[in-house]
Amino acid sequence: MKRTAALWLGLGWVGFAVLPWYLVEGGSLSLDLLSGWPRGAAGGGLFLGLLEGRWWLLPLALPLLAALIGLRLPTDDRRISDILVWAGIAGLAWFVFQGFAIGLRGWGGNWLVALFGAPGPKQEGMGYGAFLTALSFLMLLTHGLAARGFCRGDAFTVSSIGLIIALITAFVFFPIWEILVSAFKDNDGRFALNEFAAKFFDNSIWGLDCTYSSLRCGVAWNTLFLAILVGVGTTALGLAFALIATRTAFRFKGLLRILTVLPIITPPFVIGLAVILLFGRSGAVSAILYEWFDIPRSRWIYGLPGIFLAQMLAFTPIAFLVMIGVVQGISPSLEEASQTLRAKSWTTFSTISLPLMRPGIANGFLLGFIESMADFGNPLVLGGNFDVLSTKIFFAVVGASHDQGRAAVLAIILLAFTLGAFYAQHRWLGNRSYTTVTGKGDSGLPLPLPRRVAILCYGTAIPWAVLTIVIYVTILIGGFVKTMGRDYTPTLQHYLTGFAIERASWGIHFSGSAWNSFFTTIQISAIAAPLTAIIGLLTAYLLARQRFAGQRAFEFGTMLSFAIPGTVVGVSYILAYNVPPIEITGTGLILIICFVFRNMPVGVRSGIATMSQIDKSLDEASLTLGARTFTTVWRVILPLLRPAIVAALVYSFVRAMTAVSAIIFLVSAEYNMATAYIVGRVEAGEFGLAIAYSSVLIAVMLVAILMIQISVGERRLGRRSTSDVALQGAG
Amino acid sequence: MSKNGPASVEFRSVAKRYGTVTAVDNVTFTIEPGKLVTLLGPSGCGKTTTLRLIAGLEMASEGQILIGGRDVTRLSAADRDVSMVFQSYALFPHMTVLENAAYGPTVSGVPKAKANEMAVEKLGLVGLKGYEKRLPSELSGGQQQRVAVARALVLEPQVLLFDEPLSNLDAKLRRRVREDIRELQLKLNLTVAYVTHDQQEALAVSDRIIVMSNAAIAQEGAPRDLYEEPASLFVADFIGDANLVDGELSEIQGDRARVRLADVELQLRHRGARPGPIKVAIRPESLVLAAQRPAQQAVSGRIAKAAYLGTHMEYTVASPLGELFIVDRQVTQPYAPQSAVWISLADHGVTVVPA
Repeated sequence: MKRTAALWLGLGWVGFAVLPWYLVEGGSLSLDLLSGWPRGAAGGGLFLGLLEGRWWLLPLALPLLAALIGLRLPTDDRRISDILVWAGIAGLAWFVFQGFAIGLRGWGGNWLVALFGAPGPKQEGMGYGAFLTALSFLMLLTHGLAARGFCRGDAFTVSSIGLIIALITAFVFFPIWEILVSAFKDNDGRFALNEFAAKFFDNSIWGLDCTYSSLRCGVAWNTLFLAILVGVGTTALGLAFALIATRTAFRFKGLLRILTVLPIITPPFVIGLAVILLFGRSGAVSAILYEWFDIPRSRWIYGLPGIFLAQMLAFTPIAFLVMIGVVQGISPSLEEASQTLRAKSWTTFSTISLPLMRPGIANGFLLGFIESMADFGNPLVLGGNFDVLSTKIFFAVVGASHDQGRAAVLAIILLAFTLGAFYAQHRWLGNRSYTTVTGKGDSGLPLPLPRRVAILCYGTAIPWAVLTIVIYVTILIGGFVKTMGRDYTPTLQHYLTGFAIERASWGIHFSGSAWNSFFTTIQISAIAAPLTAIIGLLTAYLLARQRFAGQRAFEFGTMLSFAIPGTVVGVSYILAYNVPPIEITGTGLILIICFVFRNMPVGVRSGIATMSQIDKSLDEASLTLGARTFTTVWRVILPLLRPAIVAALVYSFVRAMTAVSAIIFLVSAEYNMATAYIVGRVEAGEFGLAIAYSSVLIAVMLVAILMIQISVGERRLGRRSTSDVALQGAG
Repeated sequence: MSKNGPASVEFRSVAKRYGTVTAVDNVTFTIEPGKLVTLLGPSGCGKTTTLRLIAGLEMASEGQILIGGRDVTRLSAADRDVSMVFQSYALFPHMTVLENAAYGPTVSGVPKAKANEMAVEKLGLVGLKGYEKRLPSELSGGQQQRVAVARALVLEPQVLLFDEPLSNLDAKLRRRVREDIRELQLKLNLTVAYVTHDQQEALAVSDRIIVMSNAAIAQEGAPRDLYEEPASLFVADFIGDANLVDGELSEIQGDRARVRLADVELQLRHRGARPGPIKVAIRPESLVLAAQRPAQQAVSGRIAKAAYLGTHMEYTVASPLGELFIVDRQVTQPYAPQSAVWISLADHGVTVVPA
């Protein structure tokens, strides 16, 4: 404990004295900047404080000094922990205070202006040095708390909790706070409760006109209705696919797997686009129906049917990924036990297997529900007159009205819905134990699907698979023909525009217009995916395996970011991070952070679902054998978590590559993302290039997913597979 | 055997609370080095929590825990020189038998070759040579249990803990394994704390037994002391199914007193009981049945139920002392149900229960 605390203290001094305290323009260091060191733009906080009049940085030295003295005390001195705790608290408190009190243009609050007069001292956004110093204070605090016996004295656990709380506070709560504050303000920045109430109870949100007249219902009801439909639908389909993939001898499992993964790797609006190209007024299917059966062309697809169809196509695979881990986790011996108790296979399935899957089913529904509510691309493309909250928010911000307050009010309503779903799921699952991977070796055969379940699964999954194939053929063809729906002349023109490579005198030149955003997207996604998986699974571990005060609040905080629609995240990030202390708009970092904290709940969910099926005595056995918590996590839990790791990595990589709602606000000329670029092409009417680029993205993500699958591998549990039953029976 | 030799375990007024629930309340005891001590009690009595407190899997709310004289109250499980065999065995399902056994030294930084060597040695000790490459799921229950024991032994801990190690084994295997554990403990001179709810198991393996009830220690002592001199009704009933009979105590002389049970008068050690109504514990084998009225004092009874168990008969007999549970070695000519019998008392196995 003391040694790691000393290490963190050392890093704190490095951050405070050596590294550039403020954000360096452009994010990287040049020799030019370094020449002035330790003064100048790249100077350390200590020297800036001493030599350049940035006096407010100097108090940060006090806690660092106190910790230095504290750690020199003999090891069993109880005062060490007190000193570490107070040094950490004091350091963090002053750090945050000076960060918000002194901004880019002087004092950061009206009361400071009133007290000391304008304009006051100025400072820029925090850089590496400031970040490392803050981290050091946090770690001193957590190590001090661990020494006082928090979490059974486990420094790793306390530090992990502290780190995640700090990150969540900075990148989830702080932006929400910023946007919620604006809900209660009028557009001039004054507090206005009346205006808030008027916006909140508006008939366009809560109206029920559609129940008794031909008028439209409120946007809140629309959203809720759609989300429930999609949540139930995706869960049922996901379960059907999972059962077929794991419990039947279905011959085309590989194909099924790819089919179910395809929609997940497709930017959401592309599915919407393909649905229009097929079922729209001039769509391919509509044309066939008209010519063959004389069914008139109509706009029926715009509105609820179209959004529902597109969202089902888009979100079923997420449910599938969740469900497959759950179905695999059910101990076959439980099903065998049931069968020996004279339960027929249907009874076993309905009384044993299905109840055991309940956490997974609940997770699947929750995911589908929230995904539907947060989806932005499909309602944008297919919504027609059917408004949902996420698009309303978007138009409230970017539309002619530019009403941030209204956007914030809509966001609060959306948040209430998704949190309600979250709470209901918690109540429903209660405290039941679903541990089925026990420390006792487990042998047995999984139950083959009962006939009627198998028929039901095939009956729903196969038509769905066919529809998916049709959609993807459309997307594929779209890039190779002149104009989908009108002119089917084959052409490579769209691909050449986007992805031309020329041989120039200085080497290979990527002259296609899409290359820039393409490389940025790959780079940002590849950085964000492992970070998301690490933070997500670490959080899952803390929630499933540790007990500490405030755990419920912690869980709420970590899941919250999932419940915020991307449009709101985008706006709130701009509000929060355009000014110091965290000034990162326009960088690649803000994109990475946005992805990590938006996608982390999926890692948490799948981690918890898998971990709740791993017997806790495995951890304890490891601990009593002398392994520290970190070693236990690394050697025992992680290997058993492989399905969850795959899910988290795949999902976060793919989401990063396909996300559009949040990042459309955050991209810059330097860091443009593929989806934002494609949306731009769609707006410019270049559908061919947009569809071609989308197919390229899909292909890249397929390759990436296969690589992740292969490199992480399957978990080894030593369950018998069907093929070696004969051997086992003899032995 | 252990690097530092076996160590003592000492609890000083240890309590463990979860919110308002007290799992272990003000418990004090000492386990001497090289001894096997059993924590015995019905489920929910706090015995497993006590074991987990020794392991460091739970942290004491109050009091002090010492291992080998060193205060470990605030040390985490990984920092205590203690190993545990779990009820579910807790074998890592993704590792082979060898990897499981070598886990302790491996994570403590011992080079892999050396760790494997240590693991192979201990696997040999429990008779699992040749199973190194198997996965836990490919072993029988008894073999899995031995892997768990070998894994716990590899680090040569100062204290070894067993949490109901036999509960997942079949009856015949139970006796073998329990003898193996005892033999291993004596041979390697280990300090062992052993949790069970099975009183026979406890009597068979232990140097000493700590009987727990309602989060506190009901009695502790050698198996024989507990059986012959139960300190409370709970202990008398829990260990050895004693018949608890109402009696009347009078005429204390020295450490003995006159005790009246229905028509029978006895001289028994009063064990601190005061004159007046008392409870007397009578072991099932200390009640002697006879068809004719015997020479010594006896009460009459009627056989209510009879069961043949090969080595002995078990009777339930209605009598003026209440319904009595009686074990009779005589199996060739058993008493038929409903037959009238005379019941007399042997000169051992009859004790006054204080308090």
